[in-house]
Amino acid sequence: MAKQIYYEDVEVDTEITPLAKVATTRMLVQWAGASGDFNPLHYDEDFAKAMGVGTPIVHGALKRAWLGHLMTDWIGGEGKLKKLSCQYRGMDYPRKMKTMEEPRDGETWWCKGKVTKKYEEGNEHLIECEIWVENGKGEKTTPGSALVALPIRTKK
Amino acid sequence: MANDSLITGDLRKLIGVTLDTIVFKVEEGAIQRYAQAIGDPNPLYNDPDFASETKYGRILAPPGFTGWPAKTGRPTEKLFAFLVEAGAPQRILDGGIEFEFNEPIGAADVLTATTKIAKVTERETKLGKTMFTTAEVTFMNQKDRPVLKSWATIIQF
Repeated sequence: MAKQIYYEDVEVDTEITPLAKVATTRMLVQWAGASGDFNPLHYDEDFAKAMGVGTPIVHGALKRAWLGHLMTDWIGGEGKLKKLSCQYRGMDYPRKMKTMEEPRDGETWWCKGKVTKKYEEGNEHLIECEIWVENGKGEKTTPGSALVALPIRTKK
Repeated sequence: MANDSLITGDLRKLIGVTLDTIVFKVEEGAIQRYAQAIGDPNPLYNDPDFASETKYGRILAPPGFTGWPAKTGRPTEKLFAFLVEAGAPQRILDGGIEFEFNEPIGAADVLTATTKIAKVTERETKLGKTMFTTAEVTFMNQKDRPVLKSWATIIQF
């Protein structure tokens, strides 16, 4: 894990350390089992077609969980994630598998974000962030926001 | 016909009403499998020995995980059934979610989740006439502490 980040290290427009993800058909099956979301929209070609999305799509909740991973990695063990929200705006289509373990070549998704505001409230040092999942074309399919509290280097 | 609202009288009656209260235990294995499915190797979610040495004393759930199956107000079959029975459209998408995290949730916690419909709106979208429902879920733990609140948007068209 990365070293601890502090309130003093962060300014408005500071970039959150990006996190790469590759969605695969295998991963969607694993996610379905782990989350308990067995909607066939995410694994059944005919059903996805009938629903008007073409082929099975990545679960919105998986992309949301990726954004949680982005934030908790960035804020480290002493940071506290207070709020997180996102909207499932664009469809994402997983890579298919080449072997049991290896995906075919294709799209890589990036979880990204930047600081929009920093302020103190009560005894907390708070950071607001704009966050998103970006597809291989650079489109933000899953925009959102987060509020975190960071530790400070020096006690007042 | 074009002016017909998707929000039926029966649906309006659901707004603000507690639809469902469930009590469940957050299982350690479910947390580990969820962290693996995200691809998050954080030992706090994955390694009980590591986690037992931390101030938390047990593995924690990644943000937004509250036990299997996910109970965060996303269009679960039960919630969907309530909406469709009240006359909402059958085609459904998960619109997004907002979380407010108050305290950590970890292995063996016993949570009480209460679901209600906070808001229903409708507007014309590229899907046609579309309804947006906000489902609010409040999670209390075994110490009667409010640990998490979520607001999920359910899209029906």
